[in-house]
Amino acid sequence: MYVILAIVSLTSLGLFLGLLLGIAAKYLKVESSPVVDELESLLPGSQCGQCGFPGCRPAAEALAEGKAPATICPPGGSALAEQIAALLGMDLDLSAVKEPELLVAKVSEATCTGCTRCFKVCPTDAIVGAPKQIHAVVADACIGCKKCIEVCPTECLQMHPVEVTLRNWRWSKPALPLPEASGAVC
Amino acid sequence: MLSLFSKKRIRGGVHAEQHKALTATQAIVSNFPLPEKLYIPLQQHVGKPAEPLIRVGDKVLKGQLLAYSQGMISAPVHAPSSGIILDVNDYPAPHPSALPIRMIVLETDGKDEWLPAPIVADPFQLTPEDISLRVGAAGIVGLGGATFPTAVKLNMGRENRIDTLIINGAECEPYLSCDDRLMQERAGQIIDGVRLMLHGMESDNAVIAIEDNKQEAFLAMQAAALPYPLIKVIQIPTRYPMGWDRQLIRYVTGKEVPVGCRSSEIGVTIHNVGTAYATHKAIRLGQPLVNRVITVSGGAVARPMNVEVPLGTLISELFNFCNVNSDLTARIIMGGPMMGDSLPHTGLPTVKATSGILALTQSELKNTDEQPCIRCASCVTVCPAGLRPLDMANNIRINQLDVAVDIGLKDCISCGCCSYICPSNIPLVQYFKYASGEVAARQQAQHKSEQTKRLIDARNARMERIARQQEEEERVWIAAKKERERLKAEQEALV
Repeated sequence: MYVILAIVSLTSLGLFLGLLLGIAAKYLKVESSPVVDELESLLPGSQCGQCGFPGCRPAAEALAEGKAPATICPPGGSALAEQIAALLGMDLDLSAVKEPELLVAKVSEATCTGCTRCFKVCPTDAIVGAPKQIHAVVADACIGCKKCIEVCPTECLQMHPVEVTLRNWRWSKPALPLPEASGAVC
Repeated sequence: MLSLFSKKRIRGGVHAEQHKALTATQAIVSNFPLPEKLYIPLQQHVGKPAEPLIRVGDKVLKGQLLAYSQGMISAPVHAPSSGIILDVNDYPAPHPSALPIRMIVLETDGKDEWLPAPIVADPFQLTPEDISLRVGAAGIVGLGGATFPTAVKLNMGRENRIDTLIINGAECEPYLSCDDRLMQERAGQIIDGVRLMLHGMESDNAVIAIEDNKQEAFLAMQAAALPYPLIKVIQIPTRYPMGWDRQLIRYVTGKEVPVGCRSSEIGVTIHNVGTAYATHKAIRLGQPLVNRVITVSGGAVARPMNVEVPLGTLISELFNFCNVNSDLTARIIMGGPMMGDSLPHTGLPTVKATSGILALTQSELKNTDEQPCIRCASCVTVCPAGLRPLDMANNIRINQLDVAVDIGLKDCISCGCCSYICPSNIPLVQYFKYASGEVAARQQAQHKSEQTKRLIDARNARMERIARQQEEEERVWIAAKKERERLKAEQEALV
């Protein structure tokens, strides 16, 4: 008698829990890894490809799998690298990472024909212009993805370092004077 | 034990060599030859740059408005002499980088002719708001070096019901003596300026604090303030950085300004003696801020002096007048030696913030032969802000800027006490300036990446909208085509 009771109760419990899990799997289904989604929302989303991946989503997947370093995204800079490292719980050594020099596109007015190709591909609408008018790049909005460089038929778009003005001039870091001191901290 | 708490205390600070006797004993020189060209930057203050309202070729009189202030925190710029506007363009700024900044170039005509200004018979009949307006219109900013627009400060004082106005006559930086001479020679005008400021802030009490190494200035100010019992003149110990507003407020009132708060929130506001003098000239004489007293000193200067010059005078002309030996000059500094900026050359103009120009010889400079930190904690002892400079610098060295911010990087005032006292000659202040800039740059980068995201989203939305529109148009076109074909078929059927 007790044996039958035990079998029945355990079987029904198993069926009930199995059903619950089945329902949960259907209604609470996770389409993709939430970590990847979160990483993708951190990345700029311009699909510029500077990281070597075809877009921000593949880059986020690579980051989640640990195949890419936190410093993968050049337009995001060290600020983004810190956020990614905090999200993934990675150790981040920014001292080893040299901040890449940020380049922005610049139109050479002498050779621009006003073909409009560049501003059609710009992911951030940083290029302004109209057909047969000389185009110009809004440096503050340019992320340096070089997509415009590729499509320009006259090579009038060139990458230039960001112009240093009083607004963005900064004090440099003091150089380490002693070799043994630099060895001790780095 | 009680006496320990009740005693007025000074936190940190150093006794730097004074070097003030070079200039403090001579009268202010006021016969500086008018330069042929004046270079007037549009930004000589904290806040937004002024917007020019003159054109190249315009003839202007001394004191005429050249550029108006824009926005809440800004200040206008006036013509320092009469003449013709030559150019409005980018010229090197008086800044360690000497990067270009927008300036108005004025060719003087030698007449130095003032724009006639209406004189107010009794300024104490004016409303306090009117005083602020006139101070703002005269382009007056904090002349101690902070260059915060004075009118904004007067308004804040009125709104916050200030009970004490402190007038900063500490002048704690070595070499500088322009405030000292101003107090000795023009005490009456300064006291008048203080009374006008009090009127403008609807307040009664003022304390004029002067370091006890300026005995003559103290006596002159005391004599001038005698008829006004609510204006007290006090002596404070000579100790750098006594002129830091928070240090001075702590010493004079015993109150501590909380981190992240303005002094007006605890009922105290602070102005420089030079600012009080400029206020007097603006309200009583209707003269905007177009000149100031500048200390020219240092080992390479043959004739060190305090000289009153029109704003926009090039440093090279000032050096010519004072016979500076350029071969001996190892460093040119604008401001004092502790907090001033080192300048790369002399082709830069003097501005409202210029309290002094120093030409220092090699022997006057600090030895920069850097040694490892020995953790003596001298820097902790002298830090007036109560920070731990050695820990901050160590964290910055290994790029842990967040840690440096957590232990008080933002409260550092770059006073230079730590660098001055460090026996290992570690450039501590440079670390803090670098880190502050880097933190700001990261914030900007963060802001840019947010903006980038917004731009991309906007573009994607637009692309989708265009695609939808095209689809719609195509559908309409196909429908119209079908309709035409149907009509054609019907007509053919009819025929």
